[in-house]
Amino acid sequence: MRYLLRRSFMLLLTLWSAITLNFLLPRLMPGNPAEVMLAKFKGKGTMGPQAIHAIKVMLGISNESVWQQYVQYWDNIFHLNFGISYTYFPYSVMHMIAQALPWTLALIGVTTVLSFVLGTLLGIWAAWWRGSWFDLSVTSVFTFTSSFPYFWFALICVFLLSFVVHVFPISGGYATYMTPNWSWAFLGSAVYHSILPAFTILVSSLGGWQLQMRNNMITALNEDYVVLARAKGLSERMIAIGYAARNAILPNMTGFAMSLGFVVSGAILVELVFAYPGMGDLLYNAVSNEDYPLMQAIFLMIVVAVVAANFVADIVNVLLDPRIRRGAETA
Amino acid sequence: MSAVIRLFLPFWRNKLARVGLIVVLIMVAAALLAPVITPYSPNDTNFPAMLGPSWQHWLGTTQNGQDVYTQLVYGTRSSLEVGFAAGILATALALLIGLVAGYLPGLVDEVLSYLTNVFLVIPGLPLMIILAAYAPVKGNLLIIFVITVTGWAWGARVLRAQVTTLRARDYVAAARFAGDSMMRIVFREIMPNMISLVAATFLGAAVSAILAAAGLQFLGLGDPSINSWGTMLYWAQNSGALLQGQWAWLFAPGFCIAALGTALVLMNFAVDELANPRLRKKG
Repeated sequence: MRYLLRRSFMLLLTLWSAITLNFLLPRLMPGNPAEVMLAKFKGKGTMGPQAIHAIKVMLGISNESVWQQYVQYWDNIFHLNFGISYTYFPYSVMHMIAQALPWTLALIGVTTVLSFVLGTLLGIWAAWWRGSWFDLSVTSVFTFTSSFPYFWFALICVFLLSFVVHVFPISGGYATYMTPNWSWAFLGSAVYHSILPAFTILVSSLGGWQLQMRNNMITALNEDYVVLARAKGLSERMIAIGYAARNAILPNMTGFAMSLGFVVSGAILVELVFAYPGMGDLLYNAVSNEDYPLMQAIFLMIVVAVVAANFVADIVNVLLDPRIRRGAETA
Repeated sequence: MSAVIRLFLPFWRNKLARVGLIVVLIMVAAALLAPVITPYSPNDTNFPAMLGPSWQHWLGTTQNGQDVYTQLVYGTRSSLEVGFAAGILATALALLIGLVAGYLPGLVDEVLSYLTNVFLVIPGLPLMIILAAYAPVKGNLLIIFVITVTGWAWGARVLRAQVTTLRARDYVAAARFAGDSMMRIVFREIMPNMISLVAATFLGAAVSAILAAAGLQFLGLGDPSINSWGTMLYWAQNSGALLQGQWAWLFAPGFCIAALGTALVLMNFAVDELANPRLRKKG
């Protein structure tokens, strides 16, 4: 219990500092981005004084004291009021995020889970048959793939599979003549458009899980309990899965829970390559148009998701690992 | 000379690390000898635009009529510079925070560890993008700064954990009784005993710095007039190299980034084996 309380306190503290950082950044930067922003907004006309006030509060150019602005900022966050997007005027920031989020959650969510499961299995195999041709080839391929820029791999895939051989569409989340709806035709198109992005993310993220799992597994296989399991005459399969892998996977579970939090931020660069209509693409558009309200809101969502996932990871660890539970109670 | 040999010897003994070391040395040589091994100037725009690979232009030309091969070789300079500078700075910051936090239990440790955790949790790439977007000037210095600020936390956590185990050793107590200052004990007594961990932290930081720099430049957050591998990919993407079949222009810069990253990871294998004997080959 004490462990969970301490963790909860850390969660709130981290959230607070991340959100405060988000509040301070535009105020600390030289050259006052807010003034530029506001001038651009005024150029668009048709902005009520209320909307202008909201932007001023967010970016820190109102006449109120910093403290008042800070209170107002928190008030806006609790009401999910992030103002109006500059790039997608007159839509609100929340509207744009609501449009983009499902795309990213579906694409990155599915690929993250797949990548974790496949990578872990390959890691277990590689460690078990350590030194075999399977281990050497898989491990060296993944050492290479995990250190290449994944957006570059995406570019190469688009070139080969969409340009040279017309197997997959070049960009977008669905066929351009369609409007999003819940018909089978549209869902089919969306799935078809997501295969190539999903594949590139999968290939470039598998390596991380595989290498980590292989390392953990090698350490676990040297433990005394594995020797004991051998001495008891248990089957090889039982030793590998039931003894070594069960312990080796623990550190990876934390990483997995955290990577589920990163899902919200999307694979920014891959989404950019494919012009995939998700959060990463939205963030890129916000940045390249200096759309500070949108940028701030997206960053906030990403941070909240990651911090929350981190918290879940801690809880999962307590549930899975009795050592932490016991350690936490005595500490 | 013997000091240099001793520095590189562990990397030479491990086969994988040797491959990595050779690749890195080739790249350093290419960066230094760029004017000798390229036929043109990287900014020479006098060639026909968007040529495919040929004997005159091994990797083709850009939309502005620059030679891609020449740009690639000169780009090595900027990529090595950013990777190593950000790697060194992030490691230095990680050392400072990790070592002090590990050596001073209590309030100092709590505060520094909390700071480390916050930076560990905040997602790196979005934070880098936001920082770079707010900044009024673009360029390599900004990218180095942004990567350093976002990239030190992992190293700090690992180094802190190691210091907490070394803190109780006799030689540390001896140094304390001899009246050495804290900074001297931490950096002159403790740090040399965990040098392999420091090397691993640096190699890891350099790999992620190279990848992060490429990503930021690809997003257009670098200075588009500086020659670097990330900027080359940015221009290739934005001038439709893909749809014009300019495969060499797209392929080469990313391949170099991947090769450099892999080389550093391979060198890390040697360091890992020093630090963790269990990973050494049996027998």
